[in-house]
Amino acid sequence: MLAFAVRRLLVSIPVFIVSTFLVFLLVTWGADPLAQLKAKNPPPSQAVINAMANTLYINHSIPARYGHWFSQLFFHGNWGPSIQSGIAIGQLLGTSLELTARLVILAMILAVILAIISGVISATRQYSKTDYTITLIGFLFLSLPVFWFAILLKQLVVNMNNSLNWYFISTYGANTPGLSGWSAFSDAVGHLILPTIVLAMSSYASWSRFQRASMLDVLGSDYMRLARAKGLSRTRVMVKHGLRTALIPLTTQVALDTAAILGGAVLTENVFGWQGMGTMLVTGINAGDFNTVLAWLTVAAIIVILFNLIADLLYGVLDPRIRNA
Amino acid sequence: MHDLPTEDNQSTGNITPSAGPVEREFTVQARTQFQLIFRRFLQHKLAVISVFVLVAIVLLAFVGGALWHYKYTDITPDNSVPPSGTHPFGTDNLGYDEFARVLRGTQRSLEIAFTVAILATVVGTIWGAIAGFYRGIVDSVMMRIVDLVLTIPIIAAGALLGHHFQSAGWSALALVIAGLSWPAVSRIVRGQTLSLREKEYVEAARALGAKDSRIIFRHILPNVIGQVIVVVTILVALAILTESALSYLGFGVQAPDTSLGTLISAAQTALQGGQWWLFYFPGIFIILICLSVNFIGDGLRDAFDPSQQRVRA
Repeated sequence: MLAFAVRRLLVSIPVFIVSTFLVFLLVTWGADPLAQLKAKNPPPSQAVINAMANTLYINHSIPARYGHWFSQLFFHGNWGPSIQSGIAIGQLLGTSLELTARLVILAMILAVILAIISGVISATRQYSKTDYTITLIGFLFLSLPVFWFAILLKQLVVNMNNSLNWYFISTYGANTPGLSGWSAFSDAVGHLILPTIVLAMSSYASWSRFQRASMLDVLGSDYMRLARAKGLSRTRVMVKHGLRTALIPLTTQVALDTAAILGGAVLTENVFGWQGMGTMLVTGINAGDFNTVLAWLTVAAIIVILFNLIADLLYGVLDPRIRNA
Repeated sequence: MHDLPTEDNQSTGNITPSAGPVEREFTVQARTQFQLIFRRFLQHKLAVISVFVLVAIVLLAFVGGALWHYKYTDITPDNSVPPSGTHPFGTDNLGYDEFARVLRGTQRSLEIAFTVAILATVVGTIWGAIAGFYRGIVDSVMMRIVDLVLTIPIIAAGALLGHHFQSAGWSALALVIAGLSWPAVSRIVRGQTLSLREKEYVEAARALGAKDSRIIFRHILPNVIGQVIVVVTILVALAILTESALSYLGFGVQAPDTSLGTLISAAQTALQGGQWWLFYFPGIFIILICLSVNFIGDGLRDAFDPSQQRVRA
């Protein structure tokens, strides 16, 4: 198992390096850090523009710029200068990432649990009323724009809070400043509830469909009948033989959807006014802030690769054939 | 699927007992693959209803918008009126007729979604088929590229490029979304191609001297079409959701042009102000389109691959 893990880890390093290059190309293509400076009125002198270009190292060829950026990042831990005033990218990344990770991890856990439960129930009672209800709910959430659902839910809770005069479930921001200890914790929980529900529901739908399909596949297989014929109880067969096998495809799917969840988090944070990765990306793009956007996409790539790695390792746990291959 | 019998008069008469005349109730007219799929599709009631809903919405958006007595650019004398006979979806605070705007927005969103679906399907299918057919180093390189594109969140890259190509209009946005969503198609096609290329009829075609391109386009791709059609439906729904999300963040379709996402983005504060119609109607249209497209996809999946219809355990 350890050798398997190490092999996987080594494979993902070149993937990561090439991925940073791809992201770099994308950002050089999509963001012009000098646009805002040039658009200023009155226009700044050529010397000012040149000085800015120099700080940003953008007068060089793309491979040279990439080399410079990469070595700065990995040998000095330096994300490069931001063109927005008062921003240190590394620091901003730290605080944003902490907020967003809280939201994303909780939402993923919630979504996976919901998806497994509803997928298994749906599959074991195929074509029953329960199955149709769960399927219908799944399809509804599959078709729901995340931000639309978020705005709707936010408005509902605002109305509910006002009529109940009870403001535990917060609708804006990630926390109330100036609290400490237990009150800070319960405040953070109150702020987490709505965004977590929104983000979880956006991925829950496709995962429960996925879990239902893979569970149906397993239920139809011969070894399930054999296990029943041996005299094992239905629950035991379902959990030990059925569910374990049926979880493997879901693991892949969750890992593949990491990028989509990060995208969903951008939208959720935007609606609920969180100062996390979502805000960092949107303001970064609007400002043409080359290094901030680059840092965002690099971190996103690391997270996606990391989750794929975890999925690979979970495979090994779930399926001994892969571990020993 | 193209090599199955298509003759209408083929019957099983020759296996009935030889004594006496052929009994008609034991003879079955052979159905073509297409007929089988079509019949199975008709059994999925929600999918059939969805086809009608989707056609109705498409007609409404592309034809109804032109016939409606307000243009989406017309400023009517009524400001912020709730839904009524003259304005079925109400008006916004500038006096724009919301019904005309929703129709126009639906048209734009559908144009983007269909463009994305077509482009991503063509590129993804050919990419996946080539990777799966040639295997080895070609496959490794091509699929690693797919993996790399998949590490980039579509919303983030879409926002970056959408911001950059803002002035180029909706077609640029469609190109950007298509450029980020074809890898999903190529993965599925590759998986299918890997198993199809080992089939005997491919061997036979090669023995007859068929070129690689002929084998891929005439023998492999027609057999992948079932899965591909299902993916197309998912892509349409995904493209509409991505477009509306990007427009909501301000990186998608820009005023004076409008799309369903742009309309919702403009109506965010309207919900707090009590103008619920500006928020609900564009959202309901997105949901109706995506829901019907998803149901059609589900019906097609069942129709093409009935293996998941019955459980034995």
